[in-house]
Amino acid sequence: MRRYSLTRLLKEAASGHQGWGRQWRAPEPKKEYDVIIVGGGGHGLATAYYLASVHGVTNVAVLEKGWIGGGNTGRNTTIVRSNYLFDESAALYNHAVNLWEGLSQELNYNVMFSQRGVLMLAHNHHDVISFKRHVYANRLNGVDNEWLSPEECKEYCPPLSISPDIRYPVLGGALQRRGGTARHDAVAWGYARGADARGVDIIQNCEVTGLKRHPDGSVAGVETTRGTIGAKRIGVVAAGNTGVVMGRFGLRMPVESVPLQALVSEPVKPVFPCVVMSNAVHAYISQSDKGELVIGAGTDQYVSYSQQGGIQIINHTLDAICELFPQFTRMRMLRSWGGIVDVTPDRSPIIGKTPIEGLFVNCGWGTGGFKATPGSGHVFAHTLATGEPHEINAPYSLDRFRTGRLIDEAAAAAVAH
Amino acid sequence: MLLIRCPYCGERPEVEFHCGGEAHIARPETPTETSDADWAGFLYYRTNPRGVHAERWVHNHGCGRWFNALRDTVSDRFVTTYEMGTPRPEAGSDVTRA
Amino acid sequence: MNQPFRLAAGGRVDRSRPLTVTFNGRKLSGYRGDTIASMLLASGSHLAGRSFKYHRPRGILSHGSDEPSALLSVDWRADRGPGYRDPNNRATVVEAREGLVAKTQNHWPSLETDVGAVNDLLSPIFVAGFYYKTFMWPRKFWDKVYEPVIRRAAGLGEAPEVPDSDRYANRHAHCDVLVVGAGPAGLSAALAASADGSKRVILADEGFELGGSLLNDATSTIEGKPAMAWVEETLAALDARENVVVLPRTTVFGYYNHNHVAMVERVADHRDAAPESLARERLWQVRAGEVILAAGSHERPLVFENNDRPGIMLADSVRAFINRYAVLPGKEIVVATSGASAYRAALDAKAAGMGVTLVDIRLEQDCGAELADARAAGITVKTGHTVIKSLGTKRVTGLVVAPLGNGGQIGDKTTLACDCVGMSGGWTPSVHLFSQSRGKLAFDAELDAFLPGQSAQAERSAGACHGVYDLAAVIADGAKAGGGSVTVEATPSYTGFQPVRVLPTDADPSRVKAFIDFQNDVTAKDIKLAVREGFQSIEHVKRYTTTGMATDQGKTSNMNALGLVAGTLGRELPAVGTTTFRPPYTPVTFGALVGPARDDLFDPVRKTAIDPWAEKNGAVFEPVGLWRRARYFPKDGEDMRAAVARETKAVRTSVGIFDASTLGKIEIVGPDAAEFMNRIYTNAWTKLKPGRCRYGLMLREDGFVYDDGVVARLAEDRFHVTTTTGGAPRVLAHMEDYLQTEWPDLDVFLTSITEQWAVIALQGPNARKLLEPFVTDVDFSDDVFPHMSVTSGFVCGVPCRLFRVSFTGEQGFEINVPADYAESVWKTLYEAGQKYDIVPYGTETMHVLRCEVGFIIVGQETDGTATPDDLGLSGLVSKVKPDFVGKRSLTRPDMVASGRKQLVGLLTKNSDEVLDEGAQIVDDPAQPIPMKMLGHVTSSYASSNCGRSIAMAMLADGRSRIGETVWVTTPQGFTEATISNAVFYDVKGETADA
Repeated sequence: MRRYSLTRLLKEAASGHQGWGRQWRAPEPKKEYDVIIVGGGGHGLATAYYLASVHGVTNVAVLEKGWIGGGNTGRNTTIVRSNYLFDESAALYNHAVNLWEGLSQELNYNVMFSQRGVLMLAHNHHDVISFKRHVYANRLNGVDNEWLSPEECKEYCPPLSISPDIRYPVLGGALQRRGGTARHDAVAWGYARGADARGVDIIQNCEVTGLKRHPDGSVAGVETTRGTIGAKRIGVVAAGNTGVVMGRFGLRMPVESVPLQALVSEPVKPVFPCVVMSNAVHAYISQSDKGELVIGAGTDQYVSYSQQGGIQIINHTLDAICELFPQFTRMRMLRSWGGIVDVTPDRSPIIGKTPIEGLFVNCGWGTGGFKATPGSGHVFAHTLATGEPHEINAPYSLDRFRTGRLIDEAAAAAVAH
Repeated sequence: MLLIRCPYCGERPEVEFHCGGEAHIARPETPTETSDADWAGFLYYRTNPRGVHAERWVHNHGCGRWFNALRDTVSDRFVTTYEMGTPRPEAGSDVTRA
Repeated sequence: MNQPFRLAAGGRVDRSRPLTVTFNGRKLSGYRGDTIASMLLASGSHLAGRSFKYHRPRGILSHGSDEPSALLSVDWRADRGPGYRDPNNRATVVEAREGLVAKTQNHWPSLETDVGAVNDLLSPIFVAGFYYKTFMWPRKFWDKVYEPVIRRAAGLGEAPEVPDSDRYANRHAHCDVLVVGAGPAGLSAALAASADGSKRVILADEGFELGGSLLNDATSTIEGKPAMAWVEETLAALDARENVVVLPRTTVFGYYNHNHVAMVERVADHRDAAPESLARERLWQVRAGEVILAAGSHERPLVFENNDRPGIMLADSVRAFINRYAVLPGKEIVVATSGASAYRAALDAKAAGMGVTLVDIRLEQDCGAELADARAAGITVKTGHTVIKSLGTKRVTGLVVAPLGNGGQIGDKTTLACDCVGMSGGWTPSVHLFSQSRGKLAFDAELDAFLPGQSAQAERSAGACHGVYDLAAVIADGAKAGGGSVTVEATPSYTGFQPVRVLPTDADPSRVKAFIDFQNDVTAKDIKLAVREGFQSIEHVKRYTTTGMATDQGKTSNMNALGLVAGTLGRELPAVGTTTFRPPYTPVTFGALVGPARDDLFDPVRKTAIDPWAEKNGAVFEPVGLWRRARYFPKDGEDMRAAVARETKAVRTSVGIFDASTLGKIEIVGPDAAEFMNRIYTNAWTKLKPGRCRYGLMLREDGFVYDDGVVARLAEDRFHVTTTTGGAPRVLAHMEDYLQTEWPDLDVFLTSITEQWAVIALQGPNARKLLEPFVTDVDFSDDVFPHMSVTSGFVCGVPCRLFRVSFTGEQGFEINVPADYAESVWKTLYEAGQKYDIVPYGTETMHVLRCEVGFIIVGQETDGTATPDDLGLSGLVSKVKPDFVGKRSLTRPDMVASGRKQLVGLLTKNSDEVLDEGAQIVDDPAQPIPMKMLGHVTSSYASSNCGRSIAMAMLADGRSRIGETVWVTTPQGFTEATISNAVFYDVKGETADA
């Protein structure tokens, strides 16, 4: 891998940028790999990268049915934060934030991780208790999160209305300064380039259609639209399509796939300095480097793979945005889109073993997967390399649905991810 | 926004309805004799198909009645809706699988 | 008149209605029917903005909603004060009106002299994706240094600074046929679809004048008459039909599931004297039986060096400005084209008096009748020529062209002096809405275009968006889509073009800036770089280069980008794919989408019957779900703590009155009512006698506490159930779900009675004394009407359901009266209560009182992860019932494991210290981070009755640790507290031993 640098950029500028090579190869699939990762989104690519860089497992293929980063990686609102309530969640997401902080340098690819702060607004007494519970728990877990008065919220985010006369006045907020946003596509591409440079084969337009198993039941490989490919271990990281892939492998999962919508406004000059989330009125918003207001909307209520939701979801979200930021009603929606998110009963992911020997799964990130990308890839690489979960992902087993040991952040706090 | 045919009221916009998830998941007759794994299967495991999905809806801002529907989760097209308690109809062959 | 480029006659502007607008501080003159773009051109200027990345001067590229370059900040009602300005308006569609104030964007200090233009010089560095390769060192510099600079440079206009002063409206409609676009195809379709009067037809068009492409056409005839005469006749015919609604200024922007179509109508901005009450825009949500898409097509720019200079525009736009607006875009024009249609522009320019040269990349023999027509008109036509580049910076001054040899070699270059260029690289059908409907696109190599293929919804396409370009054929196609059939005689259109991606040149392609996406400053070399770096699907290229992601959503650029990617890879175009089009078709204001859901209508407030009294009596309110509830009633400048101390004291010493109307109430009636209750609640109900009450606990199927409340058995077959305020709708839904889907055999009816019964709670030792005189038909003796019982009677002459229950531990009554009578009953009791120093109290006091006696609140002590046993309520869980909702889950391994959090009390060492609700609990505050957390504080109050602070907490194995000491977080650090039972106050006298 030829390193990116300002010097090289200047040199290339002088020669018309003819010297940049491919960021990753387009190899033909080999007959067999040590590890096959099904799904070329951020999580799958990060898994491949850490398998190679941390565990030295380089005989790895990432199989992607479309183009890498084309699913939820490229469709989310790019928020990164780790101020989760439960120890299990704080450990997982903070692991990710720690990796985010050095990710551009590690990958030699600017993923534009911008720690502009994530401010979560409280609008009623219940929110206040819930967010204080988070702030205290985070403090004891070493996760930064602080309570702000309405005036401090306004100072941190000037467009915010803290008028006591609005329907759900802002009673305060929880601010995680280490939170922020990153450039979603760059995360996929940066991991792909890093993994490729370490020998990982990234194979696009290769849909997995079935599972090959040894007589003892353990995995032998996968059937794909580009032929059968052998594998010693398989990790399914297929987000919204997890249910489909696992269904082809004969496994039913505790996940359902629903549409999640988001939208951006036309680009404007800097007007919004941070990320604001409000669960009570359901809105989250930030401004991209390009100048677009990036706004996350809710999920539709039914299972769907259509990547399209109803306009009423968008309308409802904008109602809330304009209630909190009344100057934005004259802004215009430029583009809206939908992703397919796989949601578990406790809205926490499943990262670990499956009933089939050698088959592992990393799914169920629901509406909150992007922020975890580096951490998710890192612990799943450990799981695939060693055959056992990392201590951070051990609680995220499939078995918790049998025992009842759920990690239910949403029930605990009514906080969407 | 979906247009949903309530078997009792006719076609109405989706905002009048609430979706109750996958249909035909029978609650075990004797839960206390059901294993933890089977109980988890009842509580949490779902078909989540890419294609025709049998699902429960309630016309809560209308007649208030529950019914079942077959809907293609790829096109979001409804194949049919039918009354609670009746068996799942055969899915139409014209369902798109985009 | 400051309109040197306005033609003396002609056009569709209304010369009887002159007007002026302000453009960067200077006055532009024009007429009704102009756009700001046509007025700017009439003044002789093309310069309309600076580009996004390189800050290059930009002019007006198009004449419609596909405009990528001429974006303006517009103050629509500068005379009315602030709150009417917004950025990024396309000058080509801003309908001119007296008093508009427009400004160009993205430059400093001025449009003419922009410091940011230095980016253009640095552009060899600022190629596609350069930012992924640098700005990484030092690590902390990204969001502190580089990013702020980048952000300031990016982002077109300035966001509005103040709240919007306009309002917006919503409308829902149904129709049999919705026709999108009122050009020749759409008009013809609407005419056919509405002909027999049986179908309701809506015809919507984004323009302020209807006619589509025919508005720009001064020469074509239909049935021997000028094309616009046909338009006017058709519109008159449609207008006469009662089943037709024609909506100009209405953009169909979203095509959703099941023919749910969203459109936005611009209602007020164009009106001179719009009343302030008039909505600015109206969102239409239409459910259409079928949709006819007649959305037309977009002309493609040619891609050559400096093809973005002001003065260079699309050929058909040249035609539009001359014919529709009677404005010459210059004096000397070069029309550069790869197809036939641009010859019309050349002919119209010539006829309007411009000097015209035509440069056609096609060879002589590949041209049609248009070539001879042009030459006959005296136009010099250079066939087989390519455009090398344009000259000039803030305005094009010339075009360098050269003949192409047989092998594609570049011949001798000629410079054609000009002040205007009309270019045409062919046409792209507008398949945006078809794609949004999730229909499948099919590539037509002959038309070099993606056309509507297999439909996914009840929709048809007609006219140019269907790949039909000849005028007579377009009208026939429209009629066919509308269910009719028509044949008209019309002037043959010049159709056909030779697809070119980037015009041949001998310049080093890695050095020239030939723009594909004008707004996002994406050049052909950017796209080639992306392909070289391995981005090979169009979605990847789009994201890496940002082509097609600007506010025009790539209307003019998508096909050029796709073609270039395919060409660079040596693949067929369809193999590269096409991007999926997403709503909206053109940007839509948030305001339109929000509609009236602002301020008071954002989320309607639910108020109880007693709310007006509370408001009059100085209550401080809090939102609880959709309700607003009185939180406390401060007197004489009391703060909350003082007011609550007074209110809680009064309840325990005399009597308090409380509005409990928001409690959810459900009536459960039928022969199987008790059996239904047995299955829904954890407790047993069979033995509860009519007239008696019981506290009920309800679980979700996963075993966690869902809701609670007092339940009264009114009769053998009738229960009056109460729920938490927030839980009322979901509890009823939960019950209905089980009743209808799991137990249809049970003969039970469920009815919400929350709104019907208002509830007045009287609590305190004097409650009975106060109440009894006002009640008739009720025996208050303890043996007949004990604690936890219910009876019917009259209070103040009003029928009531009288509950003897208590959520405070004191003697208490909850008086259910029909909501309409509640305020008067309340007032009567309050007046009579004066002799007992009655106090009205709110939710905060209620919370303190119930905490003192150890009652939980679902949603405060519980959080969706608590079991009955966690709350110390296992006594409410029947051991004998074979089943109830949630029973099975309670025996799952983790539900019975040790270490679960249990409800306890916490008493701070310093009795004045009130813990923070939400505070975390540890054993050792000195342990290293991450600390072992044991639980958290769920409720915490200063209790005047207890003479100290009290708190409830959920604590790991808490019940076995009573008496031990723990440490609780405070904003500053930790404080010490002792674990206790979660009951703090010993009620004297009659207690509510629930």
